[in-house]
Amino acid sequence: MIQYLIRRILVFIPMLFALTVIVFALMQAAPGDPFSQKMDPNIDRAVYEKQREALGLNDPIHEQYLRWVGNAIKGDFGDSLIYKGRTVADLIAERFSNTINLGIMTLLITIIVSIPIGIYSARHPYTPLDYGATTFGFLGLATPNFFFGLLAIYVLSIQLGWLPSHGTVSKPGIEGFELFIDKIRHLILPSLTLGLAGTASYMRYMRSEVLDVLGSDYIRTARAKGMTENTVLYKHTLRNALIPIITLLGFEVGILLGGAVITEGVFQFPGLGTLFITSIGNRDYPVIMAINLMLGFFVLLGNLLADIFYSIVDPRIRYD
Amino acid sequence: MTQNTLLDVKGLKTYFYLEGKKVAKAVDGVDFTVNPGETVALVGESGSGKSITSLSIMKLVGKPGKIEEGQILFNGKDLVSLSDKQMTTVRGREIGMIFQEPMTALNPVFTIGNQIKETLIRHKKISKQEAERKAIELLKLVGFPRAEETMKEYPHQLSGGMRQRAMIAIAISCDPKLLIADEPTTALDVTIQAQILDLMDEMKKKFNMAVLLITHDLGVVAEYAEKVMVMYGGQIVEQTTVENLFLNPKHPYTSGLLESLPSLDKDVERLGAIKGMVPAAHEFPSGCRFSDRCPHVMDKCRVANPELVTVEPGHNVRCYLYE
Repeated sequence: MIQYLIRRILVFIPMLFALTVIVFALMQAAPGDPFSQKMDPNIDRAVYEKQREALGLNDPIHEQYLRWVGNAIKGDFGDSLIYKGRTVADLIAERFSNTINLGIMTLLITIIVSIPIGIYSARHPYTPLDYGATTFGFLGLATPNFFFGLLAIYVLSIQLGWLPSHGTVSKPGIEGFELFIDKIRHLILPSLTLGLAGTASYMRYMRSEVLDVLGSDYIRTARAKGMTENTVLYKHTLRNALIPIITLLGFEVGILLGGAVITEGVFQFPGLGTLFITSIGNRDYPVIMAINLMLGFFVLLGNLLADIFYSIVDPRIRYD
Repeated sequence: MTQNTLLDVKGLKTYFYLEGKKVAKAVDGVDFTVNPGETVALVGESGSGKSITSLSIMKLVGKPGKIEEGQILFNGKDLVSLSDKQMTTVRGREIGMIFQEPMTALNPVFTIGNQIKETLIRHKKISKQEAERKAIELLKLVGFPRAEETMKEYPHQLSGGMRQRAMIAIAISCDPKLLIADEPTTALDVTIQAQILDLMDEMKKKFNMAVLLITHDLGVVAEYAEKVMVMYGGQIVEQTTVENLFLNPKHPYTSGLLESLPSLDKDVERLGAIKGMVPAAHEFPSGCRFSDRCPHVMDKCRVANPELVTVEPGHNVRCYLYE
């Protein structure tokens, strides 16, 4: 197990390297530079070239790459080209805790809602509640994020006034438990919106997995041994049904940590997603590259987590 | 019916309700008895209803199947009338069962030890340490020399034959009075088959269990069973002792099965075969269910299904040739 982990983490390194090459190459391939559309067209060409030279944009590509990677390893992603005087690391750190909170909340809602409903649906298939869950599942998958977000704001925030519609805190100066509750209240609508599709699809996955496992030979064996229905369900079935779900959740972690561009936009939520979009608009290369690298890193990390959990729940996948 | 009958199945009917209001009569009026310590074989082709009969006894027939009628008296109490919850104290404790597919019959994510111990703890109400000790003892009994290590192994680490041994250990762990073996060796190599059957026979003698052996292998029947029932189309078509079945088969279906076996005594170019296929349970022919495949079919065979009649003491046949 330890050996497998070490090997699995070692594979991480070449993948990270490939990731940096791709991120860098994509950025180089994109047309324009930070001055595009921002510069007075009448400005002297020489001044423009001097600025490019100062930012290192005229250096040979491999030098630019090595400089970037070298600094990135040290955690230094350079300064933002747009937000004067702020480092990229600083900008990202400021947004990242918000994104993490949103991600955790979304994941919690997804798991807490989808897994019990999925199990219920599988145990009582073709009952009214199962049909209800199925209908919700398809609606949830079919509803676009921005639409559900706006609907939620309109109904729960504007009409009923139950929850705040935007931001992460309502007013400065609160702290302690009050701040915690306030943050949670601000997270509910965005995470519901962000988790809608995931909840719907995990519910469907769970239903089909549990149904599948309940029909398997070893469940018949468990029943033939005289196991009670609860043991059959919560011991023998659940462990097996969760194997594929855990893999999917690993990917989900990667996706959620990368931020949710549309949902964050709808709720004016200051997370990585909104920073990413603004930076692309501004051609703020250092920020874009850093976020890109992070997104890739989190996908890899999610995969690693999925593999680790996978090998914990399924003894057939212990490679040692 | 003697006082000490262990299992007495009376008029068992298990139907499956298919889409479009079709009803598959998978088991359609089956009667038989098993005495303590006796091996009774239930023989038939795939689709004859033998597995559903065995699952009905355990009340493990899933939807859309249902025990429609009949009684299953086990030690005098009717299993059909028991609730699901009451059945969980019969299964595993009083009736053990092993299945056809050892590769999939054990839960892949739990150790062999865990799966044996859980049965012991459930039924015997013993401590974990005691269950551990008993499980190791059971594994040694069914032929695991390194039982302590096997306890910690997962099903995928064992071969098919070893898994079936582990299944036997689970099935006999609580000293059941009846062991139902549903084609226990079908999925195994021929060499392993004999080992597993010998092991079952040994356990049967050691613990004085009765065995209901479901098989399509007449060779296995000849070797291990005392009484035999031949099933066809959800019904018993012939019921007798093993000697009688081989020396004096009455039903054309039984004769057909026996002719399809290779024999050292006879010199034949080509083995016999019963033409056609077992009809699906929702499209039996009217009249005798074997009529479409029977070499001796008569007009009346196509009109009504014959009754199971006694042709000589202890020998019942469902055929108009003997009425």
